[in-house]
Amino acid sequence: MQALYAQLLVGLINGSFYALLSLGLAVIFGMLNIINFAHGALYMMGAFCAYFLLNVLNIGYWPALIIAPIVVGIFGMILERTMLQWLAGLDHLYGLLLTFGLALIIQGVFQNYFGSSGLPYSIPSELQGGMNLGFMYLPIYRGWVVVFSLVVCIATWFLIEKTRLGANLRAATENPTLVRAFGINVPRMITLTYGLGVGLAALAGVLSAPINQVRPLMGENVIIVVFAVVVIGGMGSIMGSIVTGFALGVIEGLTKYFYPEASNTVVFVFMVLVLLVKPTGLTGRAA
Amino acid sequence: MKNRISALLLGTALALAGGNLAFAQDKVIKIGSLSDQSGLYADLGGPGSTLAAQMAVEDSGMIAKGWKIDIISGDHLNKPDVGVNIARQWFDVDKVDVIVDVPNSGVALAVSNLVKEKNRVLLDSGAGSSDLTNAQCTPNTIHWTYDTYTLAHGTGSALTKAGGDSWFFLTADYAFGAALERDTTAAVQAAGGKVLGGVKHPLGTSDFSSFLLQAQASKAKIIGLANAGADTTTAIKQAAEFGIVAGGQKLAALLLFITDVHALGLNTAQGLNFTETFYWDMNDQDRAFAKRFQERMKNHSMPTMVHAGVYSSLLHYFKALDALGGNPHDGAKVVAKMKEMPTDDPLFGKGSIEPNGRAIHPAYLFQVKKPSESKGPWDYYNLVATIPASEAFTPLDKSTCPLLKK
Repeated sequence: MQALYAQLLVGLINGSFYALLSLGLAVIFGMLNIINFAHGALYMMGAFCAYFLLNVLNIGYWPALIIAPIVVGIFGMILERTMLQWLAGLDHLYGLLLTFGLALIIQGVFQNYFGSSGLPYSIPSELQGGMNLGFMYLPIYRGWVVVFSLVVCIATWFLIEKTRLGANLRAATENPTLVRAFGINVPRMITLTYGLGVGLAALAGVLSAPINQVRPLMGENVIIVVFAVVVIGGMGSIMGSIVTGFALGVIEGLTKYFYPEASNTVVFVFMVLVLLVKPTGLTGRAA
Repeated sequence: MKNRISALLLGTALALAGGNLAFAQDKVIKIGSLSDQSGLYADLGGPGSTLAAQMAVEDSGMIAKGWKIDIISGDHLNKPDVGVNIARQWFDVDKVDVIVDVPNSGVALAVSNLVKEKNRVLLDSGAGSSDLTNAQCTPNTIHWTYDTYTLAHGTGSALTKAGGDSWFFLTADYAFGAALERDTTAAVQAAGGKVLGGVKHPLGTSDFSSFLLQAQASKAKIIGLANAGADTTTAIKQAAEFGIVAGGQKLAALLLFITDVHALGLNTAQGLNFTETFYWDMNDQDRAFAKRFQERMKNHSMPTMVHAGVYSSLLHYFKALDALGGNPHDGAKVVAKMKEMPTDDPLFGKGSIEPNGRAIHPAYLFQVKKPSESKGPWDYYNLVATIPASEAFTPLDKSTCPLLKK
């Protein structure tokens, strides 16, 4: 029984990464209608950004949590300005192919220079060590990841669903012409939104740098799971992707305990089941 | 009239050439470097193996003797079907004579079968499964660098004898992991230890916490990592996070490469015991090779034992071809010649190749240095013990290779 609690908690930790990443994807898809396959590569760039900040400029983990998402977010906005904006109004497939190609290029460039083994990044001294919860030894850093990502997820949800800015944004995707008539600069808002989604990916990258190696391919596996999360949660649904992210982390954790060989397929089995029963995803509405 | 004579002569020449084709010797060699070029094993093999092959060609002096040697490379993506498809195309279309490297035992075993069918040569350096020279041995395959027997008997026996008498395995769920767990279990039991259990994880796992918790709960003294590359480094790093070593359990990285230690950093990796057959800083010849290699590598990493194995096995292959006076394009014949000749090269020293295709040379038990002991980048290993060639690999009388039963 103790082991079960431990696995549940571990699942929750992984779930927080899924939630952060799928949140970014959901924001981008919901607001821009772009299926952002470059998300995994941008997540990886966030981790590398933290690594460079530490090793080149001697800037530690805490500032990196803010700086890396901004730097990578700006990179994302440049991508949106120079490439993605020309795809507005076209079929989803074009955006998917463009971002997929970008992901391959970014990963290829990083792999060319840094190989595939990865680079070390240690846990900040304030969060080292762990505590004994009785049923498991919880590394403090992992606890921090869960709490921090929950806060970020809820803040993002609040920003988009409950504030005037979010309302403008949602309106702009429904009817850009009308919103423009109110004097709002819609293209700039779209660019900033893409930057926000990308920034969330980079933030997840910084958070995961001390846990995983900083590796060029770190985003490659995770992105596929995260897409499954978004599909299960319902494309574009903010709350749906947060809840599903955490839930799937837990399901995966339990699988690792009961039948470890299936742990990297269980998410997709779950996706198939959900799509068969409810094709719009758990929280999605019919179009 | 003149035209008819030349046509006749041409026809005769072609007929003669055709008749001789099966025995034709020429001085052309085509090498295929088949590896994981982009995934979790790309640093231990990958582009570095292609570079090692190039260096072997340059250092062998074969070009000066009039040989024409080409190298092509391919990415098997750690998928046996992809690897076999590339190899098949190489044999049928590109006329490749010899395939080198092939990390990932699943791919290596599949390719080895095809190599036998097409009568070419496989010089395997990257794969670990000892099955390549046991039940699945072929007259066309030479397994050069290390195998799971070496790792099991080096690290497994040493740690068990040093008091680590209860084990729990984290095993990569494919041919290599299974072979390594099997061989290590045998070595641990032979040394008087017992295995409490194990868990199989998918290849390329990014989060080991669930598996580590199970290992922790087992209360085994040693947690054996029967995996490789990025899987091993991730597991080690996360084990530190979960306080496994601090809690009194010990990690045994059964297969660890210098690129893995580099990726972990000495702070995390210090004190790990593991077995390898090559380290760049063992003697002047190794250092000279490593320095040239490092200068030419894109990410300036030192050669792993897999890279060294590709280099040395090719040097020996060239020697055999030179002794044959030409390339007969007959894989089994070349491999037979290679087995006949003693091996002697700058990196692995003097040795031999057993009838089952196993190259024999010493192995070394290393320990990762403390950060304070290291004099700079890539100065990572302390030599703990040397395992003589005769003990480092499966004894011939225990080998299950069908080639031996006659």
